[in-house]
Amino acid sequence: MPHPHRKHLLTSVQMAQFVATGAFRMDAVVPDDMNQQAIEVLKAGIPGVPYGTPLSEAFVDSEFVERLVQLPEVAGAIHSLVGPEPTVDHHAVHIRKAHEGEAQNLHGDAIIDVRTDAFDVQLMYYPQDVTLEMGGTLSVPGSHLRRTNESDTGRYQNLRGQTRLVCPAGTVQFLHHGIWHGGRKNDSDLDRYMFKIRFNPTVRQVRLWNTDDLYEEQVAAELEQNFPWYENATGRLEKYNRIKLWQAITGDDTYDPNYWVTRVSNRPQRVVADRSNNPHAKQKKEMV
Amino acid sequence: MTATAETPQQTGLRQQVLVLYLASSALDARVVGWSTYDGTGETHPTTGDSDVPPYETGLDALKDGWRLFQASQLNPPYPGHEYDVSFLKHEFFFEKLA
Repeated sequence: MPHPHRKHLLTSVQMAQFVATGAFRMDAVVPDDMNQQAIEVLKAGIPGVPYGTPLSEAFVDSEFVERLVQLPEVAGAIHSLVGPEPTVDHHAVHIRKAHEGEAQNLHGDAIIDVRTDAFDVQLMYYPQDVTLEMGGTLSVPGSHLRRTNESDTGRYQNLRGQTRLVCPAGTVQFLHHGIWHGGRKNDSDLDRYMFKIRFNPTVRQVRLWNTDDLYEEQVAAELEQNFPWYENATGRLEKYNRIKLWQAITGDDTYDPNYWVTRVSNRPQRVVADRSNNPHAKQKKEMV
Repeated sequence: MTATAETPQQTGLRQQVLVLYLASSALDARVVGWSTYDGTGETHPTTGDSDVPPYETGLDALKDGWRLFQASQLNPPYPGHEYDVSFLKHEFFFEKLA
């Protein structure tokens, strides 16, 4: 895969948005001619790919998918999030049938994954206009750092501020591996199609995007976002964990504009008590 | 004389369950998440079916006749896991018989 042009990489503000929300969305980024073609291609099925196949080799038998991942904006986002030549974990065509009665439970994919300095992303491509009735993917902004296993969150039906995807044809979103999500019930007369690819990074995910704006104020504002479903106290822990992730992917462990990490790791070693009151002061040598 | 509890078949009553997730451990705190299960089979609530909570606070549910029957305990974090985030902490189960 050629290196994407710098103008197609994500900015630091966009990366901070991803670190805060666990998602990055590009509306109608896939051209109409591909969207028109997509349903037939997805219906026919995409050839299977062995786990861990390099992206450049994964879709040589699927011209459509090759085109999709090489669209400049899509390739730029993949590079920014997981770096050059990620491997394909798996891919899947998801079809929610018209008037299908069931919604998926809220879940995280695969199994609990507590990596703090690496992450996978899932590309989700929607070839049709998705209306609310069609049951577009439900996802919960800011849920990706919660340590829960797969569908153990199935009891949660609705969370304040959740995203019920409504989007124009050709929309692509990238989701952090941990985000809580699920396919919603399709109450419309149309079958709904979605194509998903999970990518594993093969490099350290440090400063892979366009970092020109790394220290702009908007980066801090994105990282400081609160979400309506957060509990008051746990919402603060979310910011702590978010800053830790940002420090990991920027390689700057001093970045902490709101001091969430700094104040609870501050353990000064300098002792200034009078020598007579200072148990750490060296004892005067006794004269023999 | 020993009283014998009536069965649901005799009373015709079924349990409706409302689960509210609140912003703090206080029952009058803001609702941040919700789920409903309807033992009457009249309604079929499911994942992602609404963006609007049924009540603003847990107390509002009590005022509307829901009976609280379980609240999550307040447990200290496990040592070494004080900064971990996981399930929603403040879960309250309510019921109505209908």
